[in-house]
Amino acid sequence: MSELLIHNLHVDVDGKEILKGLNLHVKSGEIHALMGPNGNGKSTLLAAVMGHPRYHVSEGEILLDGNNVLDMDVDERSRAGLFLGMQYPAEVPGVTNSDFLRAAMNAREERPVSLYKFIKEMEKTIGDLQMKPDLAHRFLNEGFSGGEKKRNEIVQMKMLHPSIAMLDEIDSGLDVDALKVVADAIVDMYQKEELGLIIVSHYERFYQLLNPTHAHVLIDGKIVMEGDHELVSRIDEQGYDWIIEELGITLDEQEEKPQPRMSLGSCAVKKEA
Amino acid sequence: MSNRDVLKQEEYQYGFHDEDVSVYKTKKGLREETIREISSIKQEPEWMLDFRLKAYRQFESMPLQDWGPNLDALAFDDYTYYIKPSEKQGKDWEEVPDTIKNTFDRLGIPEAEQKFLAGVSTQYESEVVYHNMLEEVESKGVIFLDTDSALRKYPELFKKYFASIVPYSDNKFAALNSAVWSGGSFIYVPPGVKLEKPLQSYFRINSEQMGQFERTLIIVDEGADVHYVEGCTAPTYSKDSLHAAVVEIFVHKNARCRYSTVQNWSGNILNLVTKRCKVMENGSMEWIDGNIGSGITMKYPCCILAEEGARGMTISIAVAGKNQIQDAGAKMIHLAPNTYSNIVSKSVSRNGGEVNYRGTIHHAPGAHHAKSKVECDTLILDKESRSDTIPLNISRNRESQIEHEATVSKISEEQLFYLMSRGLKQEQATEMIVMGFLEPFTRELPMEYAVELNQLLKLDMEGSVG
Repeated sequence: MSELLIHNLHVDVDGKEILKGLNLHVKSGEIHALMGPNGNGKSTLLAAVMGHPRYHVSEGEILLDGNNVLDMDVDERSRAGLFLGMQYPAEVPGVTNSDFLRAAMNAREERPVSLYKFIKEMEKTIGDLQMKPDLAHRFLNEGFSGGEKKRNEIVQMKMLHPSIAMLDEIDSGLDVDALKVVADAIVDMYQKEELGLIIVSHYERFYQLLNPTHAHVLIDGKIVMEGDHELVSRIDEQGYDWIIEELGITLDEQEEKPQPRMSLGSCAVKKEA
Repeated sequence: MSNRDVLKQEEYQYGFHDEDVSVYKTKKGLREETIREISSIKQEPEWMLDFRLKAYRQFESMPLQDWGPNLDALAFDDYTYYIKPSEKQGKDWEEVPDTIKNTFDRLGIPEAEQKFLAGVSTQYESEVVYHNMLEEVESKGVIFLDTDSALRKYPELFKKYFASIVPYSDNKFAALNSAVWSGGSFIYVPPGVKLEKPLQSYFRINSEQMGQFERTLIIVDEGADVHYVEGCTAPTYSKDSLHAAVVEIFVHKNARCRYSTVQNWSGNILNLVTKRCKVMENGSMEWIDGNIGSGITMKYPCCILAEEGARGMTISIAVAGKNQIQDAGAKMIHLAPNTYSNIVSKSVSRNGGEVNYRGTIHHAPGAHHAKSKVECDTLILDKESRSDTIPLNISRNRESQIEHEATVSKISEEQLFYLMSRGLKQEQATEMIVMGFLEPFTRELPMEYAVELNQLLKLDMEGSVG
């Protein structure tokens, strides 16, 4: 039984405050849907919990089973049971998937996992995710399609057995069949291991497959509404505007979209007024 | 080892040394007498003594090159130029003096020999102390000897090739080597003979302020194929020793040679080496060149692609840590049409180390339709470390093609975060990223060496993140 407790979390990135006093409580055996319009802090929350160096926590606390997560390095958080399935997993050329995974598994074991056991488990997991067997020998995420990268995140999650897993748009880039494969793999693990899950997704279909026990709407750095899978359905049908209206939220600034960069040799398009 | 030595290169695991077991050595410093002495001990023919003396004069009159790392640490008068470690060369490890045998045991040579090598030669100080080759290889007419024995046993073959691609006047250290050379490997592979297992030499310096000047000559006759592997280590001392080797390789028509080195000299070795190969019609030369150790290395393995269709390849890594300068690279000289060369250079600097790529591609007027591809990638691990890329690309005809790519990067924050988010400690994650970066080199090594190299780099990486 694990629990992740986030209290009054304030996080800034490059000097700009993104999370403004966020509270969240996740336990083993729960699936939390984390929803909200783009640019309101969902990815920031997950990255900050995992300890990404660009995300600076200015206030609040994060506890995992009573232990102060903010005191831990990124690797310690992982070994303590947190997992982040990333939206854009990094590519690491020259390092094979299997070497990497074995090192990651050994990092949390007193004694190194036996090669035989490791290969068996890796082959099975790759099979569960319906990936090609050569996955083990390919370089970590290098040259992977978007869908392969996402499935590879789930391979890692299954082999590292976290207690609380956070999946950041793990369904984007997956076609309908792959979405089902990934969802089945997550549900299978959830049922067998009493995993606690925080899921960020924009797709009702993915949530349907996972059937969340809790749902949260994150707007302007705070959780503004909580519910269950019915909330998910309503947002799918009606979007977020009704929430903003109902709660009388005024968004003081919209997400800053980067200006299209001009490059030499192309014609600059005059921005419409 | 004194504390000072330990501080100098604490990760270096081959830094132990034996007591002086030498049976003969020349006096410190270099005079004409020294050269006559070396030649006379070796009972060499007159022409070799003449050659040595000419080279000595050249060495004396030649200035140091005015480019590259600062070589003020050179102390030509303080080196011992010839040390004979034992009375005779063994063909069986039991014949090798115990002290020396134990050293090579610690370096794992006899074990490697049994497992996967076709022949082994080990040089300790100035002479080869152990030499053996599988019978099946010998029966195919392959000659694998130390270079001194080759001069005695195969004088004509020797004279035909010796110093013909690296003349003594080539550079100051080639001149020095030509004057005082001793030991090294001589390999002749007869036409059509393809060796499946590699031949290996191992070079060990034991004394402080010693000069090791081996001379290696490899001839791969038409259609033959050989893989030669070379390793080297030395004890850690506070005063520098000099290693100035010359390697000449001839790859005849349709033949192939691969020369793999991982130099892991201790931090007090100045490693100034001239390596050159001449490749004939449709022949192929591959330098697999790893530079991990030494205080200063200057080494630019070269291929002269002399006839049509000749190919040259260099895949190299250079890793420079504290107090180290790796000035390494490759040269490809295209003299004939449709020749092809490829250079892949991977450099890493850390803890204040300096690593430079210095390379030349030359397409001569006759080298029409020649193609060259150069890829230099550098990883700088911290703010104290540095790296320069100094490529020279010359094309003297209008129908050849040179491609050059270079990148310089540091460890990416995203990669590090990704690996750490799976539970790897920062050092381990960094190490993994660096190993991955060097993988294009590692994959070219025989598996046993790749494993050793990984171990070595791991030791080297410790403490480089902070």
